[in-house]
Amino acid sequence: MANKNSKNKKIKGFSIRFMPYSEIKHLDSTQRIRRVLEIVFNNYILIIQGRLKPEEETRLIEDTMAMIGHVKDFKGIELAVLGSDEKRGAIDRLKNRLVVGLSGGDLGAVTIIGPASIVKEIKRDPKKIELMLNK
Amino acid sequence: MAIKKVKDFFKKVFSGLFKNKKDIKLGFYGPPNAGKTSLANRICKDFTGEEIGSVSKVPHETRSVQFKEKVEISYQGKSMTFKMIDTPGIATRVDYEDFLKYKVNKKEAKIRAKEATQGIIESIKWLDDMDVVVIVLDATENPYNQVNITIIGNLVAREIPVLIVANKSDLRKASIKKIEEAFPEYTVLGMSAKYGKNLDKFYEEIFKISKKSK
Repeated sequence: MANKNSKNKKIKGFSIRFMPYSEIKHLDSTQRIRRVLEIVFNNYILIIQGRLKPEEETRLIEDTMAMIGHVKDFKGIELAVLGSDEKRGAIDRLKNRLVVGLSGGDLGAVTIIGPASIVKEIKRDPKKIELMLNK
Repeated sequence: MAIKKVKDFFKKVFSGLFKNKKDIKLGFYGPPNAGKTSLANRICKDFTGEEIGSVSKVPHETRSVQFKEKVEISYQGKSMTFKMIDTPGIATRVDYEDFLKYKVNKKEAKIRAKEATQGIIESIKWLDDMDVVVIVLDATENPYNQVNITIIGNLVAREIPVLIVANKSDLRKASIKKIEEAFPEYTVLGMSAKYGKNLDKFYEEIFKISKKSK
């Protein structure tokens, strides 16, 4: 959003990294989270094809919380998932879960993770995702 | 040998008796400032005369898990005993500077931020121990916050029954419908913890889902 003050404020540089699901498919949960954190700590906004398991998402939150105050300027992450089986009927969801089971991951989903120092907010509402960046 | 058999018999009988008397662990989860403690306070006050914790407009007021044991809730002639567990709000970011706008000084803000991060970790660790969980959401906020989805996803994976409370329904901006649309597979109950609105319905739903707990 442009406003009067925006002329004077520069948006900090940021980079986006895309990770195909095949890159993390073979990893266990610990390795998967480590891989994600490596990228986020290098100030990338990470877009993952697919999604982490719910327990991996909480683990990611736990690990990042433990690092606040220990890693300079680290304030946590912003995280959003656009799922593939939301807003569908029961039969479609069942079909989708079958496909997810066979392929080993929800390839129709997209996960966005960014460091909170760069990403101010990720708005999901509900079919689109908006990234608000820190100035 | 005979003594051992007698001992085992009594152990079996007594453990069975006490198993049925076990209190149901009722957890209050959700993002910061959604009204978890306000709701837990209202219930505790109604049935024990005491509150569980303090509330504030400053986010992350609850920074450690708080308990109230033996809360016997009576509703329409039935009663159930709960261990109430009020948890710190879960967030993916904690920035001490966010507290400065609430007139908290820098030193206190940093301490608060550190305690908040520890509280979030503690909340997540407690997920495994819950029998029933009430997810308290602020009905004036966008429900598609990943933290909400992540907590619910974890509870589903652990087969823990869930009730979603759309709190602050007394506010003009509140939209219970939006929360219902975001979580169509769950019972969503519009409430105002501040004014005690819909408490009867809440107790009814809690009794219902508590029967489903393992």
